[in-house]
Amino acid sequence: MNERNDERHSDDQHKPAARWASLWLITVSPTIWAVHFLLCYVTAAIWCARVVGRNGMLGDARLLIAAYTVVALVGIVLTAWRGYRQHSYGEGSAPHNEDSSEDRYRFLGYATLLLSGLSAVATIFVALSAVFIRSCA
Amino acid sequence: MKPTVLAPRSGLLLATAILLAGCDGPQSALAPAGDGAERIANLFWWMLGGSAVIWTLVLGLAAYVTRFSRGKHSLVASRWLILGGGVVFPTVVLSALLIYGLMLIPALRTPEDVGMRVEVSGEQWWWRVHYPSPDGGGPIELANEVRLPLGERVAFDLLSPDVIHSFWVPSLAGKVDMIPGRTTELIVQPTQLGTFRGACAEYCGTAHALMNFQVVVMEPAAFERWLAHQAEPAQPPRSEIAQRGLESFLANGCGACHAIRGTEADGRLGPDLTHVGSRLGLGADVLPNTTEAFVRWIGHTDRIKPDVRMPAYGMLPDDELAALATYLSELE
Repeated sequence: MNERNDERHSDDQHKPAARWASLWLITVSPTIWAVHFLLCYVTAAIWCARVVGRNGMLGDARLLIAAYTVVALVGIVLTAWRGYRQHSYGEGSAPHNEDSSEDRYRFLGYATLLLSGLSAVATIFVALSAVFIRSCA
Repeated sequence: MKPTVLAPRSGLLLATAILLAGCDGPQSALAPAGDGAERIANLFWWMLGGSAVIWTLVLGLAAYVTRFSRGKHSLVASRWLILGGGVVFPTVVLSALLIYGLMLIPALRTPEDVGMRVEVSGEQWWWRVHYPSPDGGGPIELANEVRLPLGERVAFDLLSPDVIHSFWVPSLAGKVDMIPGRTTELIVQPTQLGTFRGACAEYCGTAHALMNFQVVVMEPAAFERWLAHQAEPAQPPRSEIAQRGLESFLANGCGACHAIRGTEADGRLGPDLTHVGSRLGLGADVLPNTTEAFVRWIGHTDRIKPDVRMPAYGMLPDDELAALATYLSELE
């Protein structure tokens, strides 16, 4: 991986490829968090409105929410790992504030890593509702 | 100069005393008299204590680095402080608060052990209340006052026919919105006898601030007697002036909007007046319940409650207004 990056890096020294400054990776974890929230919300809403009624128990909907949470956390951890690799690329440590394409690359990786941490905590917070609240009431 | 030294301190004491006095009273979430309000007040005190500790800590650190330790700090220690104080600590505190809050919800919302269901409809700008009949008949309609038996879990079914209102008795429980087309629920369990004040907590139009009610928590036996009395029809007029009041009430069309059970008046648009004389206030707790207040209310309704749907009857002769007021205030 590093070798490949090194190769590209040498190509990029004067004219960095677009993907070196791509912002897409930092949006992945917050997007997973948002989709996880939406899925949990919609699942609970449909379950309480159509399946068990206003005062029914969440029951199997909680299992679905648990499954969404596991999938979301795996996605966030993978994204965090990619961010970490990007952050520790070559020689250089945070805050990555040099005016160079390498430091921009590392900075975006670091931002991805931090946002992944935030998204993981937020996803767990959403799932905690289903741990403590067992009823639609 | 010397005598003024104490002034700031006594000013602070006075301000504290005034602030603390504001925590008490019949409409304070900090003077709880119900199970729900107690849990919410506990949460508030924990949060207040916690924020005081964190505030002191942060300002203490700020004072430390700006006044006592101005030199260069170790980079490693600073990074650990940022990670610990800026990431780990807030995450742990927020998680603890979230878990505490989430654990409160089932206890506040469980419909188990509910002894009685009372339906309250928020309407511009008063409260229509339906109690279950003590003899198993149809519900009893009352208005602008709620009474509860001490210690019993009571569920309120909350409705609205017009705009969003919010039902809130801070001393007894949290607040719940009343949303047109939906029925929301609030469970209340009073733990102290007394009279508490409720209010509409969602802006609902011109007279929103004049949409209040009183809640009386009574011994269960006294509550049973009160409910049985409220279920009965109105007493016939006891005096000649009250009789003239009833005649005026019917002749002026008041019965098109108001019901007085036991008379021809059976309107459903406005508050039921069968036992209006027994209530603690008038016009959704805007005026005291006295004959003089009835005269003011009937004669100048829109001046007391702007945009109210009831027309003012100020054109009636004074003696007729007085007769109406006497009749209504005797409807105990």
